Amino acid sequence: MARAISRDRKIFNTVCAWFVALLIFFPILWMILTSFKSEQTAILSPPVWFWFDWTTENYTEVLNTSSYFLHFTNSIIIAVGSTLLGLLIAVPAAWSMAFVPGAKTKDLLMWMLSTKMMPGVAVLVPIYLIFIQLGLLDTRIGLVIVLMLINLPIIVWMLYTYFKEIPGEILEAARMDGATLRSEIIYVLLPMAVPGIASTVLLNIILAWNEAFWTITLTARDAAPLTKFISQYSSPQGLFFAKLSAASVMAVAPILVMGWFSQKQLVRGLTFGAVK
Amino acid sequence: MGQISLDKVTKRFGDVSVIPPLDLRIEEGEFVVFVGPSGCGKSTLLRLIAGLEDVSGGKISIDGKDATGVPPAKRGLAMVFQSYALYPHMSVRKNIAFPLRMAGLSQTEQDKKVNAAAAVLNLSNYMDRKPGQLSGGQRQRVAIGRAIVREPAAFLFDEPLSNLDAALRVNMRLEISELHKTLKTTMIYVTHDQVEAMTMADKIVVLNAGNIEQVGSPLELYKAPRNTFVAGFIGSPKMNLITGPEAAKHNATTIGIRPEHIGVSPTEGLWRGTVGVSEHLGSDTFLRVSGTGLGDSMTVRADGEVNLHYGDTVYLTPAMDKLHRFGADGLRIQ
Repeated sequence: MARAISRDRKIFNTVCAWFVALLIFFPILWMILTSFKSEQTAILSPPVWFWFDWTTENYTEVLNTSSYFLHFTNSIIIAVGSTLLGLLIAVPAAWSMAFVPGAKTKDLLMWMLSTKMMPGVAVLVPIYLIFIQLGLLDTRIGLVIVLMLINLPIIVWMLYTYFKEIPGEILEAARMDGATLRSEIIYVLLPMAVPGIASTVLLNIILAWNEAFWTITLTARDAAPLTKFISQYSSPQGLFFAKLSAASVMAVAPILVMGWFSQKQLVRGLTFGAVK
Repeated sequence: MGQISLDKVTKRFGDVSVIPPLDLRIEEGEFVVFVGPSGCGKSTLLRLIAGLEDVSGGKISIDGKDATGVPPAKRGLAMVFQSYALYPHMSVRKNIAFPLRMAGLSQTEQDKKVNAAAAVLNLSNYMDRKPGQLSGGQRQRVAIGRAIVREPAAFLFDEPLSNLDAALRVNMRLEISELHKTLKTTMIYVTHDQVEAMTMADKIVVLNAGNIEQVGSPLELYKAPRNTFVAGFIGSPKMNLITGPEAAKHNATTIGIRPEHIGVSPTEGLWRGTVGVSEHLGSDTFLRVSGTGLGDSMTVRADGEVNLHYGDTVYLTPAMDKLHRFGADGLRIQ
């Protein structure tokens, strides 16, 4: 039975919720505002909020002086590529873990997850050396592989959770109906797991898009995604806050818009199976 | 087509033996029911035949060919599951057509067979609905339709009516029996409900702890149960089993008498007792009679109009020619 909530309590809750939301959103808002200021206005103290001469010259300059579209394309290829490659490996892995588990499946899943707790820098040197040896430095394929490996435990875990919700009898029925393992996965399992797969894809694209440590370390220019593009504004031209903000807005806007439109799907996917 | 043989088939899960070596022969066109209490291994046995579980030993042959290592898809069998196991993202039409699609049949052939199956099962008006929009009975029909279109060597039913309400279960029971008469295909049906077993089967296989206790026609099992387990399991209400001096009088360790083979009188009879709870079914009344000195209370089937009440004294007289005798090993004494 729903608990009755008083009107005052409702107002208090709403104010609290808005406060927390604004607190979280504030850095993004400040970044957007700064991107429309001149460099002089951007460093004024005390800062000006909305009443300044709005300008788009930072965006024009960033677009004219840098290869934004190259980095944007790289980001898309790396984020989507690593997610699709991850799915290709994770779907069969999650299938076997969910439907034909062995004695050590749980341990294996926990071990996979534990690799996420290891700091990336711990394996930086070996991976860097391997990349040099294989000629993968500053290549898109190199980044696709690394980001896929980093996110693979999450993809496997998420898919495993969704697959566990699908009754095994349905897959057995498909087997009795003459489906091969491939047909069973393509025609029965995957269509039933579409909501779960969609949220896995969305989350992993976001994670891969935002990944900065490996993308900055392993690229120079050709394969550099938008994270590297932003970082270029923070070192030699570090004082140019307005341009840095404009570059950052252009880097985060696509994923922010995608996240906004798919938030319902994301929330549904992340809470899938929590309540029957 | 549809002759199935099990030759010393065993199944173990780790160290636990679920099916000890077991031999069974199912003839072409037979309606065989595996019946037994929960956990007796009947569903496991069906899954071994289907190929959904690997045997730990022994051989399974279908139509004379060794099918032991053959995957489920290649055995030519169709299965109807307890949970229906329909594909929720597909329409009824696509669900029924799925096995045909997997077999690579042309769209025209698929449509022809699907429409024919739908007509037989009265599903023609629901073909574009998803399983979620159907009632339990309709879903079960779709599951049967999906099995029919394959034209399998044998149908395997794993407790298909357990999820249906009582009235629907009776209807579906009749429909499946009708289907067997029409198709004349071998059917293996797993149930824990011995009424289903008695009413549908040509041959009943009674299982207990993975062992076959008896194989025979429903009437054979009813009239001559091989041991006390079958005697107690087949028949509803179950047979009264009496041990002690009363059994010894008949040169047996246990004697059995079915509730319908006991005469009831308020004035005279062999065993005196007190009426406990009565179950009035209209046509019959089942009386629980205690205090007979014969061990547990006995169940007696009396006329629907019988005028006996809780606490009344009654006299029971068994029909001596219907008395079953069992030895110390639990086996029937001929």
